[in-house]
Amino acid sequence: MKEEVVIGLEIHIQLMTKAKMFCHCSTDYIGKEPNTNTCPVCLGLPGSLPVLNKKVLEFAIRTAVALNCEINQVSKFHRKNYFYPDLPKGYQISQYDLPLGRNGYMEIFLPKSQERRRIGVTRVHIEEDAGKLVHEGDIASSSYSLVDYNRCGIPLAEIVTEPDFRSPEEARIFLVQLRSMVQHLEVCDGNMEEGSLRCDANISLRDAKSTTLGTKVEIKNMNSFKAVKKALQFEVDRQKMLLTEGIEIIQETRHWDEAKNVTVSMRSKEEAHDYRYFPEPNLLPLKVDLKMTDEIRRNLPELPEARRERFINNYQIPEYDAEILTSTKALGDFYEKAASLYSNSKVISNWIMGELIRYLNENKVGIEDSPISPEKLVGMLKLIDDGIVSGKMAKGIFEKMFKNGKDASKIVKESGITQITDKNELFEVIDTVIKENPRSVEDFNEGKEKALHYLVGQVMRYTKGRAKPDFVFNAIKQRINKTIR
Amino acid sequence: MTLNQLTAHEAINLIKKKRITAYEAMQDIFTQIDKVDNLIKAFLVINREEALKQAKEIDKKVKNGEKLPPLAGVAVAIKDIIATRGTETTCGSKILKGFYPPYNATVINSLREAGAIIIGKTNMDEFAMGSSNENSAFGPTYNPWDLERVPGGSSGGSAAAVAADEAFFALGTDTGGSIRLPASFCGMVGLKPTYGRVSRYGLIAYASSLDQVGTITKDVTDSALVMKVISGHDYKDSTSASLEVPDYLKSCQEGIEGLKIGVPKEYFIEGIDPEVKDAIDKTLKLFERLGAKIEEISLPHTEYALPAYYLIATAEASSNLARYDGVQYGYRTENCEDLSSIYKRTRSEGFGNEVKRRIMLGTYALSSGYYDAYYLKAQKVRTLIKEDFDKAFSKYDILITPTSPTPAFKLKEKIADPLTMYLTDIYTLPINLAGVPAISLNCGYNKNNLPIGLQIIGKHFSEETILRAAFNFEQNNSVEKKKPSMKPAKHKEAKK
Repeated sequence: MKEEVVIGLEIHIQLMTKAKMFCHCSTDYIGKEPNTNTCPVCLGLPGSLPVLNKKVLEFAIRTAVALNCEINQVSKFHRKNYFYPDLPKGYQISQYDLPLGRNGYMEIFLPKSQERRRIGVTRVHIEEDAGKLVHEGDIASSSYSLVDYNRCGIPLAEIVTEPDFRSPEEARIFLVQLRSMVQHLEVCDGNMEEGSLRCDANISLRDAKSTTLGTKVEIKNMNSFKAVKKALQFEVDRQKMLLTEGIEIIQETRHWDEAKNVTVSMRSKEEAHDYRYFPEPNLLPLKVDLKMTDEIRRNLPELPEARRERFINNYQIPEYDAEILTSTKALGDFYEKAASLYSNSKVISNWIMGELIRYLNENKVGIEDSPISPEKLVGMLKLIDDGIVSGKMAKGIFEKMFKNGKDASKIVKESGITQITDKNELFEVIDTVIKENPRSVEDFNEGKEKALHYLVGQVMRYTKGRAKPDFVFNAIKQRINKTIR
Repeated sequence: MTLNQLTAHEAINLIKKKRITAYEAMQDIFTQIDKVDNLIKAFLVINREEALKQAKEIDKKVKNGEKLPPLAGVAVAIKDIIATRGTETTCGSKILKGFYPPYNATVINSLREAGAIIIGKTNMDEFAMGSSNENSAFGPTYNPWDLERVPGGSSGGSAAAVAADEAFFALGTDTGGSIRLPASFCGMVGLKPTYGRVSRYGLIAYASSLDQVGTITKDVTDSALVMKVISGHDYKDSTSASLEVPDYLKSCQEGIEGLKIGVPKEYFIEGIDPEVKDAIDKTLKLFERLGAKIEEISLPHTEYALPAYYLIATAEASSNLARYDGVQYGYRTENCEDLSSIYKRTRSEGFGNEVKRRIMLGTYALSSGYYDAYYLKAQKVRTLIKEDFDKAFSKYDILITPTSPTPAFKLKEKIADPLTMYLTDIYTLPINLAGVPAISLNCGYNKNNLPIGLQIIGKHFSEETILRAAFNFEQNNSVEKKKPSMKPAKHKEAKK
């Protein structure tokens, strides 16, 4: 039997409105002292009532429209009832049978096969976030837990995909592209590590010829895109092995254990959840008219796909470059700013994709916090163009710029290391090297090209890298030929 | 006569005219509380010092010739289900003992801005679930007309306090009759507004689609006065109506010539006390004499109101009361080993029996496999009940019914069988399901000197009309104006 992997994703994104979903509290809760970003409404105090923040609706519609959803003109809130300490009301205000958007899709680009695949989006709905539990020790053995309600009431959009993924890598690619999309829409900063983008997955295997779905396993607790791929791959392998041994796959929820690189069954902790959904009586039905939807559609910011096309056309860079540069909004913004200040957009692309991204990753810094700004990058490139430093020297300067945030010309001034442009000075060194290395000169004359490179190297050593390599190369050749003649 | 025996509008007037001071009126109020509340047990919390202080401040304003707000200086009692900042708010339940809300309900702010002085919180059936005030975790309240009888519920404390002249007026809440029933048992005027007329922000929820804050007063004028203050749109309550608040005081004084009154026959079936029927008949005759046109009508789905209510209200309650879990505030059990036992024991120990009963009913009605047959079905029936009223109001201006099939019953008489207790509300429940306004006022006494309540129902947002009908009735009827005896029927000497 040829097995087919069937994966669907359930993604939650925190919407970047200024205020929470049902009260005036700020959404800027990260890093705040526990339980300081709350009010009677998000604490669910007796007598409090929710009032919908209209911006949440706008952001969610923007997301649903960008995902090509049909927008329900009448949409309802429902209560999802369950008991947990981080849920102060004992229910979450969510949506059930009348979500904001349905029947959408997003097209993803699979670089390996150069294929475009359409991933169905079953629904987009809005709901409020819960608080955070902190356990003393570890969850299994702790003697107490603390609750922080700062996150209660933060607006979420839930995006559910059809089970259209056929490999863990496809799921990962979708997440990368979805993140870029929500960043470009300016509805979410898409940070999985900070929890502003979360993902659960459903995975099953089936006979490739079949159309019925196999037994579905839900996977939770994946905290990065990499983890999603690893967890899903683990599941594929686990389920394949079970099937080969003729063991039935149990429908259950499994947690990804990042430390042990395995998924663990949560069956013993599971009770069949009956959420007893019913319409939220404290909120009126949502009316989203066509006018509002159309206006949002017309005013959509540039999406990553369109931006990528524009980068390719306007900046004349290859698709590969454009793909990387539009993988996050901040990166695209950085590139555009730099490209607006400098004519050679391919060179900028190379420096960003090469050196800059490398240093950012090594130091775990986001592009938004890059010590090298687009202006500073361009400043350095101009120094190369003016011959003040060589390309090779620039790499060293770039490293220094990253470390201490200074701009290139300042670094060059402070170190006094500029490229030697004075030809006489260079020829002095060249003549010295030629004199000191007669054997190499002989070797070169006998046709050994390598000897020339050695001589160039010696000049570079003498000048501490400040000579321009190609000039030296030609100059030495010239000198030697002169001497011989 | 002591000052606490005045109506609110009389006291306000006299204070304004400097014939009495707010302080001396307040003193008379507390003298009365000291004299009778150990018998009536209307109050759970009394804020004496603060109230007297506020009374002095009103008197200062009077002295300085400042313009006085509409309720300046009068003592008001608040049902303990309404959030009052810094004052314990228990909803008559052990599970909220020690809960001090950090904020005021909108209606509290409205009353304070209007110059009213909150003197304390009144006793009630736990979480507003009950019709007799016997379900309070802190003991029952006693009917001032006969201390062996119930004052009605769930706003029993508020109704008894006003009837016993322990406050000039009170706020109650009404989900299935909880203002109108105790008002009728205590001979007071109780008004439940249209759903959405008064803000629910700060009203601790029992059934969100049915709850409303309303007034319990000594006469119709006071009801109009207070309604004007507490009504209006509140952005903090998404279900509050964005409609102008009319001048209820002015319009209630117009006549009722030509008023078309419907009398639904389903409210006069077997089980109604003959003295109640008699009092209503006399009432209808008076309305005719005043120029109204009376016709019998039918509200065919009336009999389904009780079961629909006990599915919808309990379902919403099961969700609204889920937050009482011992985690953040209120009661938490001392014997627990883990999360599950905190939840189970806190709620088992903290809630009374009727509350637990209704939570279980409501949870069942919402559960998977039963939702369609119970909750959803009940909501559909609710629409039919509402349509009965809509049809009636297309032809009639108001409807008149008794408030309750009987006057006040004895303590413990109905507490053994919940269903018997539930039947007390059959005339009031349909009104909440439809969301229409209704007022109960006294229309006579039975042979045991117990008040009999008359209910006037209007269409949505027609508080003006029902107040007008009530006012005209009040001004022209021959019902004796008397005060309750505050004795048990056998005239046992009250223990001091």
